[in-house]
Amino acid sequence: MMVGALILTLAAAPALAVIGCMAARRPRAAEALNLIASAVSFACAMPLPFLINGQQLQFWNDYIMIDRMSAWVVLCTSIVYFLASIYAVGYMRLLNEDKRLCTFYALFAGFGLTTLIGPLMNSVGIYWIAIELTTLVSTFLIAFERVAESMEAAWKYIMVVSAGISLALLGTILFYWGGSFVLGPSYKMTWATLTDAAPQMNPALLKLAFLLVLVGYGTKVGLAPMHSWLPDAHSESPAPVSAMLSGALLNTAMIGIVRFLGVTKAANLGWLPQCTLVAFGIVSLFLGALFIVRQQGIKRLMAYSSIEHMGVVALGFGFGGALGVAGALYHMLNHSLNKSLMFFGAGIMMRAYGTKEIALIHGVGCRFPTEGALWLAGAIAITGAPPFGLFLSEFTIMRAGLKPPFSWAVYVMAILLIVIFIGFMNHFRAMYYQSTQSEESKGDRLSGWCVAPMWLSLIPLLVLGLWWPTHVWDYLASIAQSLNLEPQ
Amino acid sequence: MLVQHLSPIASSLFSLLAIACLLLSFVMLGSRWLNNYLYAFAAESWIIAVLSAAVGFYGNYPELYLIAILTLLFRGLLLPYLVWRIIRRLDVDREIHLFLQPSTSLIVGALFVMLALSVSFRIAAELHLQLTVATLALTVMLSMKLIGFLILALRHEAVSQILGLLVLENGIFLGSQILVPGMPLLIEMVILFDLLIIVACFGVLVGYLMTHAGTTSSLDLKRLVG
Repeated sequence: MMVGALILTLAAAPALAVIGCMAARRPRAAEALNLIASAVSFACAMPLPFLINGQQLQFWNDYIMIDRMSAWVVLCTSIVYFLASIYAVGYMRLLNEDKRLCTFYALFAGFGLTTLIGPLMNSVGIYWIAIELTTLVSTFLIAFERVAESMEAAWKYIMVVSAGISLALLGTILFYWGGSFVLGPSYKMTWATLTDAAPQMNPALLKLAFLLVLVGYGTKVGLAPMHSWLPDAHSESPAPVSAMLSGALLNTAMIGIVRFLGVTKAANLGWLPQCTLVAFGIVSLFLGALFIVRQQGIKRLMAYSSIEHMGVVALGFGFGGALGVAGALYHMLNHSLNKSLMFFGAGIMMRAYGTKEIALIHGVGCRFPTEGALWLAGAIAITGAPPFGLFLSEFTIMRAGLKPPFSWAVYVMAILLIVIFIGFMNHFRAMYYQSTQSEESKGDRLSGWCVAPMWLSLIPLLVLGLWWPTHVWDYLASIAQSLNLEPQ
Repeated sequence: MLVQHLSPIASSLFSLLAIACLLLSFVMLGSRWLNNYLYAFAAESWIIAVLSAAVGFYGNYPELYLIAILTLLFRGLLLPYLVWRIIRRLDVDREIHLFLQPSTSLIVGALFVMLALSVSFRIAAELHLQLTVATLALTVMLSMKLIGFLILALRHEAVSQILGLLVLENGIFLGSQILVPGMPLLIEMVILFDLLIIVACFGVLVGYLMTHAGTTSSLDLKRLVG
């Protein structure tokens, strides 16, 4: 019952914050409400993985389901939501948009709410609706700055993602149809019933349905070549929203793909599902690498890195096995922490230099000694270099793939990761380089609200890189076992 | 399965309605006037409402009558009204730049229908449903999907893109009425409602586009590249 109460609080806190922010009419009150809501959600999500002992728990007429995987993803999401809410307090005050801040925080809490509850949906259809709702709420967050660029980004986002996700709906209906041959015309389509019925479903129909679902939710995850909305949306939204889009939303959509992958695995469809996932992963990495090397915008750089990271996660699930799945889930957590850090840093630099162009930012290390160092450490982490968590997770995923069917993918992945490392470091070298003639004032005072979340995301990232606790490993390995994505 | 034991008259009625829907999406493909798109979409929604009621009658699913009424209200009246309000606010009434002439896009659409037909034949053969209305439903569902994407790709006006998206949704809804009439009521209702919110959001966003970007044609949205 403890778990039930926690889930209820987890969802109720941001829901109340939405109402509160709309009623408050005072920006400072809205700020505080959202911050409190995110802290409460985080406090509720933190103990969830510890309280779930392998079994699935269902609540509220079986509409809500929590298992180890959803507890993990909810934890990742709540961390990003909490960090982004702290950061938003400092960052949004810089924008001088006090009048519209209440709306912003209402939408922000709504976005937090939809991303938090998405992974908890037990019904496949309702999960689709939750994902669609995240799109609708976040569109207005992307359009918040009311300039031509952010309008364009918002329009592309809602158009591309809605069209993509309608493919996922078609796939879901085909899954339901397939199930209706086994379970009769009316049944509750939950993840568990679908997995149980999968062995008797028709393989050809399942393959078609899975491919549709993969492309549909893959659009939302930002797998290339369905990624076209992602760099625009991530670069044109306010920095805390970018962090949420990247760190929280992508994981929430990924979990749907993984659950459908589990269904196809139960149906014994052979290599096709995992192969397609690996192919999408490699294409995403390749595209990410290309655009990272030639990138000119600072936030677009981070956005392409998100595509790359999701490619790595897709590879992890595609490789399968305990190593692959555990590595991919660990990567999700590290990605959430790291992307928050990077977008927070990018937001600060963008405001300080008044530009998004990498070429116009220089001398970061001298102008911002502390924040610059944190951001640089994050940049090292983002490329998967030791001693940070992403190194461990990427390395584990590579180990998972080092077996005959996918070993080629591991070599390609290694080369692309090195290219990305060089590209990223080159951009950061340019930004940290201090030209002699510029005598810029040292140490602009930054609000503690902006700097604290950077510390809060870097420290766990470092700890996770140095020490992967055995409990966490066991936890993630048990998820792998329940998904049954064994390498054949 | 409903489709396996249908009376011939029911089966031909379903086929007729499904094909009428497909034809209406071709009307959208072949025109360049925004108003025509809107009328075609509204007519399509009414046909789907009739289809829901027919499936409810022949398949003995009383809850589908409710769905039929809601479809008529939401998809048939409210959504077209919302889109009509968007069109009224704009100063464009037709697509000005076309990548493909309407005649060419009709041919491409026909090719898409053939593709959809071959996929559905393959799936229906797997399921031993070759000679039932299920094949047709699947074909119409997939081809409306493809035609919707074609509209999204070829048309630039914001309104055409919204309607393209709605064609995608209509296709799915039509197919699901025949293939899975027993789908839980809750999900269908939420999806209907969800569609309404989407279109409302689009309406707001089109307004923003006009004020802040000065255009509603996706051809002019090209600031963000790379």
